[in-house]
Order: sequence, then C-alpha cells, then structure tokens
Amino acid sequence: MNLATNNQLEGLNSTALAKARRKEGRLFFNLSLPSLITILIVVFIPVFWLSSLSFFDRAGDFSWENYERIFQSQLYIKTFIVTLKISFITLFFCILLGYPLCYWLSQLPDRLASILMIFVLLPFWTSILVRTYAWLVILQRNGIINDTLLSIGWIDEPLQLAHNLTGSIIGMVHILLPFFILPLFASMRSIDNNFIRAAISLGSTPRGAFWRVFFKMSLPGFFAGTVLVFVLALGTYVTPALLGGGKIQMLAQRIDSTIMLYSNWGAASALGVVLLVLAFAIIWIFNRAFGIDKLFMR
Amino acid sequence: MAAIEMVGKRRNNNLWLGFVGVCILFFLALPTFIVIPMSFSGASYLEFPPESWSFRWYESYFGSSEWMRSTRTSLLVAFLTTIIATPLGSIAAYGLTFTSARVRNASQLIVVVPILVPVILIAIGVFHLYAKLGLNYTITGIVIAHTSLAVPFVIITVLAGLKNYDFNQELAARSLGASRPRALLTITLPQVKFSIQTGALLAFITSLDEVVVSMFVSGGENATITRRMFNSLRDQVDPTIAAISTCLIFVSVSALVTVLIFNKNQNKDQS
Repeated sequence: MNLATNNQLEGLNSTALAKARRKEGRLFFNLSLPSLITILIVVFIPVFWLSSLSFFDRAGDFSWENYERIFQSQLYIKTFIVTLKISFITLFFCILLGYPLCYWLSQLPDRLASILMIFVLLPFWTSILVRTYAWLVILQRNGIINDTLLSIGWIDEPLQLAHNLTGSIIGMVHILLPFFILPLFASMRSIDNNFIRAAISLGSTPRGAFWRVFFKMSLPGFFAGTVLVFVLALGTYVTPALLGGGKIQMLAQRIDSTIMLYSNWGAASALGVVLLVLAFAIIWIFNRAFGIDKLFMR
Repeated sequence: MAAIEMVGKRRNNNLWLGFVGVCILFFLALPTFIVIPMSFSGASYLEFPPESWSFRWYESYFGSSEWMRSTRTSLLVAFLTTIIATPLGSIAAYGLTFTSARVRNASQLIVVVPILVPVILIAIGVFHLYAKLGLNYTITGIVIAHTSLAVPFVIITVLAGLKNYDFNQELAARSLGASRPRALLTITLPQVKFSIQTGALLAFITSLDEVVVSMFVSGGENATITRRMFNSLRDQVDPTIAAISTCLIFVSVSALVTVLIFNKNQNKDQS
C-alpha cells in the first residue's frame, strides 16, 4: 500500500526515512482535501448546525427542554417505536433472503455467480423512486397481486398491501437488500472451501463445519451488511412516504413534518440528534470491531 | 449406503437452495420492470396487463414543457456533478493511498458520512445554509449538494481500484526518469481508468436519482425531475410517471451495462 517498502526502514537513516515518509503522507493527504472540505461544508456544517438547535429553547437559552418534550410526547415515542420496528423487520428479511442467496451464489462457479450478480446490481443502480413506484403499481388494490389472487380464487376481496406497514416493509426490503448482499457476497467469496473440507475431514459434521467455519468467516461481511441495512433503514424517507400512504410515519418524515408543518425546529432537531447518535453508535462499534473500510471496500 | 443417501440429500439440498436463490433474484430484479408495459398502456388508470396499447403517456411526458424543463435540469445537474465529483474523488483516493493508515481510516469515516447520515437532515441543513447564501433553487446550489453526495462513491470505487494496483510500477517509471505527474498520468491512470469511469457513472446516477435533497434545494424554474415525480406520486398514481420511469430505467441499465463491459475489459487486460 505505502510507497516506501516498510521492512527496509531499519539501518542508520531509518529516522530520516520515516520522517520523509510521514512528510510525503501529509503532502498526499492534501490531495484529498478538496473532497473532504466539500463534504465538511455541505454535510457536516449544516447537520451540526441543525443538531445544535435542539439544545436551545424558544427564547434562545441553553436547555434540555426539547429532549424532555420528545421523550414525554406519545407521538414522538410512537415514531421511535415504529422506526425501530420497521428497521428491525427490514433487517430480519434482508438477512433471511440475503444469507441463503449469497451462500448459494458463493458455491457456484465464478463466471455463473458474476452473471447472476447482475440481478443484484440492477436494482442497486435503479432509482429508488422508480422502484417504489413499481411496488405501488404491483401492490395497489387492483394491482397484479390482488388481481391474480382474486382470479384464481384464493381471496374474495383485495388485500390491503400498499398504503400501510406491509407495503412500506416490502419496498424497504427490496431497496436495502442489495446493501446486505454486496458486502456479504464479497466476504463469502474470499472463503476457501478447503477450510470446510478440512473441518469435515478432522471429524466435524457438515452442519458443524458450516456454522463454526463458514459462518464465522463470513461474519465481517454479515455485519457490514447488517450495519448498512439498519442504519439506512433508520433514516429512510422516500419509501414509507409513498408506500405507507400517510399512515406510517418514520423518524425522517416526522422530522420533516415537525419543521414544515409545525415549524418546531427544536423538537425536530432533537429527533435528528437521537437518530444521528443511534446511527453513529452503530457505525462506531463496527469501526472498532472490523474497521470502517470493511463497510464498503471489497 | 449411507454415503449414497447423504449425497442424494445434499443434491436435494442444493436443488432446494438453487430454487430459493432464483426466487430471490427474481424478487430483486423483476418488480422494477413492471413499469415498462404499464408505460405503453392505453388506459388512463393503471391495469396489468394493459388491455390496449399506446404511446399516450410518452406523448404526455415529451409534450409537457414542465416535465421537459425538469428533465433538462436533472440531466444538466447530473452532468455537472459528474465532471466535478469524478476528478475530485479520484485525486482524493490517490492521495489517501499514500497517507498513514490512521489518517486514511479517519478520512474514510468522513467519506462514508454523506452516505449513512439520514439524508433528510442533510436536506434541511443545506436548505438553510443555502437560504443564507442565496443558493436555493439554483443549478449551482444543486450541483454543489449533489457533488458532496456523489464524491464518496467515486472515492470508494477508485480506492478499491487502487488496492489492486501495484505501485511499484509507478516507482519503476520514476526510477527510470519519469517525473511524478508523468508517472501518474502514463502508468497509474491507464490502469485504474476503469474504476474511475465506474465512479463517474455512479456519480451521474447518484445525482440523477437523488430525491430528498432535490426536494428542498431545487424548485421553481430549476426543479429536478425526481422532485416533480415525488410530488405527483404523493397525489395520484399518474401513468405519465410510468413513461418517465421507463426512461430512467433505460439510463440505469445502460450505465450498468457500461460498467460490466469495463469490468470485463479490465479482467481481460489483467490476464
């Protein structure tokens, strides 16, 4: 990775070399400054400013009033519960669908697996709005699913699939599943199947070899996918707004409406801070355990 | 006997797993394409399969000056975002490969924040920053906001490309007398060009498909197409959206196919 070959830093001028290398590192870090500064100005400063509003009351004095209010209000507590519930259910289905799929793909020949991965990349590259719209078409009262089930006589009246919790969750699983699959598949692909064979030849049952060798080795990708899906689910705005039919209010929409409809900046900001703290706590734990580069790098 | 039974059982397991796998792949890929037949429907409400066929929803899209204006805005914004974010992100990725692991890790933490922070918070925050700077509803404003959302994807893609690249080649070029910029441009750049191109396409798609920030900072003359789509979807399920969605799917599929071709060429180059 680094230019200077590291193990040659011994010898008399090692300190000088190390110093030169640090200097070079600093010099090259400057190249990343334009990007980092853009992100700091457009993302960090506005989000920090918005968060800071939560620590002041309407008179402009420091107070915990906003936090006391959001943790006492039934409405906001309900929003937290709904958000966590949807995020956990979405994560559950992503694991349920994603793990077997990745396992199957990882056991196929490389060529075939990369061709089948196109099915995963395709939704990843398609607009969230378009995909949500497609689900709206499929799940609506006279949509394909209801039409089909009615015509074969499995149901007598249309199921309520869209404009509620079910619709939001189906849409969210569809949108977030690729985020679970991509890191997990990369992780599984790097596992050498000989480890499992070795375990079995050393007396392990196939099931035992799977759980104690394969599953364990796939954990970095598993947790990377879990973190991505859960954190992204917590902040979802578009899908429940369109597929929830106004009945499902997750945190992101609640923040939006608290500001846009009620102009209550303090409360909205406090909700945002809680959301941020939750997301960053999860990312921080992951960073500690595996390193942040495992989250996206393949 | 037991061995044969076990092999049989394993084969059954594999068949079962394959069936489940194919179903999940269909669940991922197929639903989106439902909008394509819908967009050619002759009826004014959504029915599947459509009973009559027509181009009326395409006429309603391409004939509407409002939809066309927002399409032009979106394409212009996506184009500008791409030509800014791609060099910015590529240079950043190049620089980060030479920094110490600690600095690189800290920078990567900053880089993933725009992807992971709930986008509604960015949208509201940027809206108010722009209100002070007079950038709301301007192309400049939308492009700056989209650039900061797209740059992380470029950095991540190019960093991954550089990981597979052996920097000793650049050292060899320099020891043979090439200047640093020349070694970078003639030796390193051609070998990571595929990941830069992939990053550029991701930046384009990120900007074109971005909804929430666009809802806040774009508008008026410069409303993006996603902003207009979101607002009309909230009101009713207008089949014109099916025609627009079909066009967006076409753009996404073209971008993905291009990336896959890059990948194939790259693998061919390496072997």
